[in-house]
This record gives sequence, C-alpha cells and structure tokens, in this order.
Amino acid sequence: MLTEFGRVLLFLIVGAVFVAIGMIFAWLLRPNRPYPSKLSTYECGEVPVGDTRVRFNIRFYVVALIFLIFEVEVVFLFPWATVYKNLGWFAFIEMMVFLAILLVGYAYVWRKGDLDWDKPSPQIPKYEHGFGVRETHITEEEITV
Amino acid sequence: MGLLDAKFENSNIIITSMDSLLNWARLSSIWGMQFGLACCAIEMMATGASHYDLDRFGTFFRGTPRQSDVMIVAGTVTLKMAERIKVLYDQMSEPRYVISMGSCSNCGGPYWEHGYHVLKGVDRIIPVDVFVPGCPPRPEALMEGLIKLQEKIRHESLAKRKSA
Repeated sequence: MLTEFGRVLLFLIVGAVFVAIGMIFAWLLRPNRPYPSKLSTYECGEVPVGDTRVRFNIRFYVVALIFLIFEVEVVFLFPWATVYKNLGWFAFIEMMVFLAILLVGYAYVWRKGDLDWDKPSPQIPKYEHGFGVRETHITEEEITV
Repeated sequence: MGLLDAKFENSNIIITSMDSLLNWARLSSIWGMQFGLACCAIEMMATGASHYDLDRFGTFFRGTPRQSDVMIVAGTVTLKMAERIKVLYDQMSEPRYVISMGSCSNCGGPYWEHGYHVLKGVDRIIPVDVFVPGCPPRPEALMEGLIKLQEKIRHESLAKRKSA
C-alpha cells in the first residue's frame, strides 16, 4: 500500500526515467561532429572578444544598495502623496518619521564616505639616485632619466 | 556520441526503421534561424506570420543557431555579412540545412555584375540545400522551398554515404 509520499516518490521516479529515456535516445541518434568553430561562443555571428565573466568594482555594490533604499523611499512617497489630503496630520507625521529614519541613514553613509567616489591615485615609482645599481651592474652614466 | 549515426555501411532493419521515424520527426519540425538580411526577409516574415502561417509546417524561428535546423538566407549577402553567416552556420548543430532565398543570395541578383560588395551566391561559403528563386520570392515560393527541403530530409539515411 502506497503512502501519500510514496506516490510523490513514484512521480519522481517516473519523471527521472522519462527524462533519462529521452536523453539516451538522443545520445544514440544524434550526430556528433564537433569542431572548434562549431563550439565557439554564439555572439550573433561576431567573433567573441574576451571572457563572459566581467568583474565590476566592489564600490558599485554600495552605490546600488543606497540607490535601492532611497528608491523604495520614493515608491512609498507616491501613494502617500495621493491620499495625503484624506489622512491629514497623522499621515504627515508618520511620513516625517519615516523620512527622518532614512535621513539618519543618509547622514551615516555620508559620514562613512560611501558617497565619495575616490579616484585612484597611483603611486608612480620614481628613479632614485643609485637605485638598483648594485643589482643590475649598470653604471650610473648608462642610466638616463 | 551517436551510436547509430554513420556507423553502418549498409542499411539494416534498425537503420531503415529508425530512418523513417527520425526523418519524419525532423521534417515535421524544421526550426528556422531568426535572421533576415534584406527585403526577402520581409517576405519571410510575412510567411511566418498568420496569413501564410509557417507554423503548420512545424517551422518557427529561434533566436540562436544552437536550436535551429534550417538557416533561411533571406536577402543580399554582403561581403561583411558573409563572414558572419559562415560563423553562424558553423555554430548551428547538426543536422542543419540552408535555404537560399531570393536572387541575391542565390547568385548575387542585381549585384551580379557591378556589386563590389556582394557575395555572388551564398553557396560559395556554405552548402545550400534548396534555392528559392525570385526577387523577392512570394511567400508561396518560400513555402515550396520548405516542402522541397522536407522531401530531401525524408530520403536521408543514418547509414554511411557510399561516396564518403
């Protein structure tokens, strides 16, 4: 006698077998003639350049998060604004409390410097007098700066 | 890997019965690749739309060469596009077929003599199964080309070719 979950198991088994039979038949019948050009990445007929996985700067994460928070704030403001006249002072104070909470968050991210997009200031190495002379055995006359 | 595909010299009972089943399945659902090059593509779109209804042949258009069986080269194949068409044809999975639609892709069409930028026939870069003449061909002509392709698929075999 099958339990209720026994039937579920039966369905799972039948489903797995069904897929397996299809895969096996396809494996038996399909032509398999791979070559590099056929296996190349589909890019609308163009020759693909570079890798699919591109890394973004981690700073975009914070910006996206802040944007999301204040976007939701605006989303809440719109329905509030449409029914504002009917609700009166209570709704006004409620919304001001909500905005105040978000304002604290805004001040926080500002203070933490998450809104500053710090530009890279690379340290350009400078030639110092006598640097590396001993290692490379170059006389100082040969080195022109 | 395919165990039946091109593994037998002569047609035995397994091959022939499997052939008829497989060919029926293949010719009943020829999926096209969704791309058009010039004014022939307008006729191809009309053929695919409800008025001429390419769906009743089992054909509808897919956005990737991996899932498509037939490439309908509809329009003028410029030399720049020819490289892309070659790449796209290579990326299609087998079995794959090509319908050359219209004079331009058949032989260069009006650009035959003085078109410095047009490939004089798409069969110079990829093997073509069916040529559909016309400038542009009417939807009925494209449908006949598709039926011709179905007839061709119907007589295919899994067995090794004698010449190969």
